[in-house]
Amino acid sequence: MGGYLEAIVRGIARSSLLTAADYNNLCQCESLDDIKMHLSATEYGPYLQNEPSPLHTTTIVEKCTLKLVDEYKHMLCQATEPLSTFLEYITYGHMIDNVVLIVTGTLHERDVHELLDKCHPLGMFDSIATLAVATNMRELYRLVLVDTPLAPYFSECITSEDLDDMNIEIMRNTLYKAYLEDFNRFCQTLGGATAEIMSDLLAFEADRRAVNITINSIGTELTRDDRRKLYSNFGLLYPYGHEELAICEDIEQVRGVMEKYPPYQSIFAKVSYGESQLLDNAFYVEEVKRLCLAFEQQFHYAVFFAYIRLREQEIRNLMWISECVAQNQKSRVHDSVVFIF
Amino acid sequence: MVDSSSWSRALVQISPYTFSAIGIAISIGVSVLGAAWGIYITGSSLIGAAIKAPRITSKNLISVIFCEAVAIYGVIVAIILQTKLESVPASVVYDAESLRAGYAIFASGIIVGFANLVCGLCVGIIGSSCALSDAQNSTLFVKILVIEIFGSALGLFGVIVGIIMSAQATWPAAKSS
Repeated sequence: MGGYLEAIVRGIARSSLLTAADYNNLCQCESLDDIKMHLSATEYGPYLQNEPSPLHTTTIVEKCTLKLVDEYKHMLCQATEPLSTFLEYITYGHMIDNVVLIVTGTLHERDVHELLDKCHPLGMFDSIATLAVATNMRELYRLVLVDTPLAPYFSECITSEDLDDMNIEIMRNTLYKAYLEDFNRFCQTLGGATAEIMSDLLAFEADRRAVNITINSIGTELTRDDRRKLYSNFGLLYPYGHEELAICEDIEQVRGVMEKYPPYQSIFAKVSYGESQLLDNAFYVEEVKRLCLAFEQQFHYAVFFAYIRLREQEIRNLMWISECVAQNQKSRVHDSVVFIF
Repeated sequence: MVDSSSWSRALVQISPYTFSAIGIAISIGVSVLGAAWGIYITGSSLIGAAIKAPRITSKNLISVIFCEAVAIYGVIVAIILQTKLESVPASVVYDAESLRAGYAIFASGIIVGFANLVCGLCVGIIGSSCALSDAQNSTLFVKILVIEIFGSALGLFGVIVGIIMSAQATWPAAKSS
């Protein structure tokens, strides 16, 4: 039950996500001030109106993210169990990213406050600033993370090695793997349409991360076994696809593996030989299509997940458009904007 | 067999008045449960959707009215049933004819109660979807209303059969006098 919150989310999703017409207007802007003017006619208006010119793209993205955070908090405080637990699960991914951001930044001797500004607001927790103190994973866990919801995900990656770039990436992927599996298990306990739709969305996420891990680790020192350990234990690619992805040494082999799976065949067909940067965009397009399908059924929680992801995609679109406009590369604007609905 | 199951003997020892009273209680109680559940489902979605699309409120109150109608059916049948409940002399209370009257009222109550329960749920869920689709695209309202009308006919079927059942609830004293 909880039809009230679901109806609110659907109302927001249908009426205030930017439409294709809005994106067309934004793509034709000449400067960031034009973008601000167009956005002030949408629901982002109140968030941007107090910003002084000259604007930066990071300011636009920051303020738009604030809107997402406000809506999320509104939903969270109105929600009862188990919806409130579900909504909290959605933010753990951002928490993981924030933790990794601060630890990496500290490693490269950046100022903690500067790093805190760059963190995603949905993933903030109280003791996040003390992450800068830790030097290896055991301390990280013992000092800070044991009190956060991320604590159970650490059991697989606590080592006493000092943190360096490679370890941190492995830590990020191990944490994310544990998080996805935990979220999947939680959704299965909820049952019904939520379990069905969320398992599809999370399986796509797990598969996408598997492909990204494979592509990013081609040519690095990551061994095949280590790579296998980073793949989640659910999803369309589990287990045989993972076996094949673990031994891939270049992108063409990855393509060969993925083309055996019909849902991913269409993604890889769009990316012709040699153009791996469009792969990210193709994945986003497919993800948005699946998220929009979540709105077709009623009385389940996946609409909340889908809405937050669609908002994040919208913010990514705005960031891309702003960057293209700011750098005067408007011909490339349509490369990476994904229309929603 | 003379030594029939003790359960069947226990059942016929229960007074037909008990069965009748329970039937009347179920008819009103379970109908109201169905109506309330339906109104809860449709009302919460309607309020949430009306935040972004205030124009839907007045039209979509029809869904709430359909759910309410289900409770009214339950009340009507309960009143009809309770007029059928008559006292009979103690000597004939456990006769076959008395038991038949008692069971008829009981069955009528169950028919009406559970038909209205599922009807109320059905209309409630459709009403919720109707509110959400209307908020998105106002041409859909009338079409979904047709589905709701079919759904509310289910409650009517229950009421009709329940009333026919209760018409045969004739107690023996009425016949012999």
